[in-house]
Amino acid sequence: MNNSVAKEKIVSLRKKRSLEDMRFKYYGFTAMCLSLAVLVFLLYTIFSKGYTAFQKTIVLLEVDYNQEVLKLTPDSSDEEMEKGKFFRVKKQAIENFFPDLSKSDIKLIKKLFSINVDNEIKDYFLENPEVINTKQQIWVTAHSDVDQLLKGNSRRDVPEDRRKLNDIQLSYVDQLVEENRVKQVFNNFFFTKADSRHPEIAGVAGSFMGSLFTLFTVFILSFPIAIGASVYLEEFAPKNRITELIEVNISNLAAVPSIVFGLLGLGVLLNVFGLPRSTPLVGGSVLALMTLPTIIIACRASLKAVPPSIKEGALAVGATKTQAVFHHVVPLALPGTLTGTIIGLAQALGETAPLIMIGMIAFIPNIPTGLTEPSAALPVQIYLWVESAERGFQEKSAAAIMVILIFLFMMNAIAVFLRNRFERKW
Amino acid sequence: MSNSKILANGVDVYYGSKQALFGISMDIKEKEVTALIGPSGCGKSTFLRCINRMNDLIEICKVSGSIKVDNEEIISEKTDVVSLRSKIGMVFQKPNPFPKSIFDNVAYGPTIHGLVDSKNELEEIVHSSLKKAGLFDEVKDRLNEPGTSLSGGQQQRLCIARAIAVNPEIILMDEPCSALDPIATAIIEELIDELRLNYTIVIVTHSMQQAARVSQKTSFFHLGELIETGDTKKIFTNPDNSKTQDYITGRFG
Repeated sequence: MNNSVAKEKIVSLRKKRSLEDMRFKYYGFTAMCLSLAVLVFLLYTIFSKGYTAFQKTIVLLEVDYNQEVLKLTPDSSDEEMEKGKFFRVKKQAIENFFPDLSKSDIKLIKKLFSINVDNEIKDYFLENPEVINTKQQIWVTAHSDVDQLLKGNSRRDVPEDRRKLNDIQLSYVDQLVEENRVKQVFNNFFFTKADSRHPEIAGVAGSFMGSLFTLFTVFILSFPIAIGASVYLEEFAPKNRITELIEVNISNLAAVPSIVFGLLGLGVLLNVFGLPRSTPLVGGSVLALMTLPTIIIACRASLKAVPPSIKEGALAVGATKTQAVFHHVVPLALPGTLTGTIIGLAQALGETAPLIMIGMIAFIPNIPTGLTEPSAALPVQIYLWVESAERGFQEKSAAAIMVILIFLFMMNAIAVFLRNRFERKW
Repeated sequence: MSNSKILANGVDVYYGSKQALFGISMDIKEKEVTALIGPSGCGKSTFLRCINRMNDLIEICKVSGSIKVDNEEIISEKTDVVSLRSKIGMVFQKPNPFPKSIFDNVAYGPTIHGLVDSKNELEEIVHSSLKKAGLFDEVKDRLNEPGTSLSGGQQQRLCIARAIAVNPEIILMDEPCSALDPIATAIIEELIDELRLNYTIVIVTHSMQQAARVSQKTSFFHLGELIETGDTKKIFTNPDNSKTQDYITGRFG
């Protein structure tokens, strides 16, 4: 082959090679754009469906705190006030909501208000006891049906028998809007109340606390065990068949479907050990089992990443093995371990199936205050709300997804922060 | 004639089924610098790491034979490795300061061995060790800065200070200058010459000039065997063995 032919060949091949470069760059860019688009679409759907849940509809109601109706006096003690007949005050207020109402209309109007109105009237009075024997204009929570109608989530152009509100109720709502006796405000109930059968007063506080307690249990159980196991396997265990087998099976465990762990919790923790059903204690234990392999794998990887020269240096000045490991190797591996732990916790936070198995799917209308109290968890709460037929729960489930996403985002932010904070160069 | 400090007799080392050292017998004298030279993979580092039992870290490594330090057998199940290592300091090929402050690097050894009762005492040990390692003047104003912020040569001297802080009798050096530039190397070599007065030093080196400059005794290793050992001057001018002759004149290795 003569020289110029060879040169030509090189040039043409060079062109082909640079084209290849370009093509791959383009493919990669397209793939990234696609995944970003999917992510944006997902977030948009969730947000557009859920943002209305952060608002609630309230109605102006004139309440007459008449002492006869309440069966109280201005000198009543706090205990007596608690037992005031507030439902009678409410009944009276609704009867006088519009002038000259018929009995059937009163029944219809009653359905425009939330079941929680009794409590709101009472709370207002307990906070301001001096209003006894006066008439007060109070904003109270509207029924979810009114709320959904005004938010535009339920349509009014469908036949009356397929609507939640009939024509008479609709006309009353319209009248309220006209008279400015109804408005939308920030929905504090969503963040302060537990689950409820009534969408307008259902909130994520209960399931949020449940998730928090569950994660706490997961952390307390899995972190020390995972550190112990991985330090032993990485630094102390002899390298033989048995430890190899254990290592392989830890990786296998990480891939076991979570519902299997749920079955384990049901069969062993609930039925054999008789731990209380539906509690963060049991949920956390099951999720801890599920998270352990993940944390162990992350922890071992970060222990492996510590340069052996550091350990050798410590041993060479006469440190015992334990001292070398716990004074030098473990602190250096800690950022990676913490990151792995938080990733594991984030995984546990989103897990639904095992919690269903151990009964955390029960309807819990209270905010739990301890590890052994029945409670829900965020993902299960979402599952429950998505399942319910009522319109009001649809926006709630999207909003709860937002809450869980923000929770996850914050956990990841903490992981990044911890990693940067404690990472040391060597 | 000084006394022998380390006495090796028929040391065999196996990595799995592969034999790395063949019946090494040698006598290392007190307060002298002994250089171990030889081509890569000849077993000189392996032998060095037998002396403070660092080979224990390698699972597949088996050591047999006898090494006596101050007439005490150390290749034995009963040897207290921790106190052996506090008696025999080691400096590694790559400087490996702990990712802690300069002070803590040096203080670590004395602290874990409980050599000090008070903060003042600890400070004294740290300062004197840094002085002995010829580093004190350079770092006295920044003892709280991380050891890893120092230059390579300073890091290596920090590691020497860390080793002498526990008051050892022997210092093993595994190619301590291979990662350093010529100026840092010269400083370390000077330091080794000073340390010789108080410590027995065994140094592995690839540089024959370095061996000639710093050591009194030189041992030449080849393919896991100790070919020749003797006074440095003699080895470099008139070796007995032709292999040694070939190696120091650069014909192989």
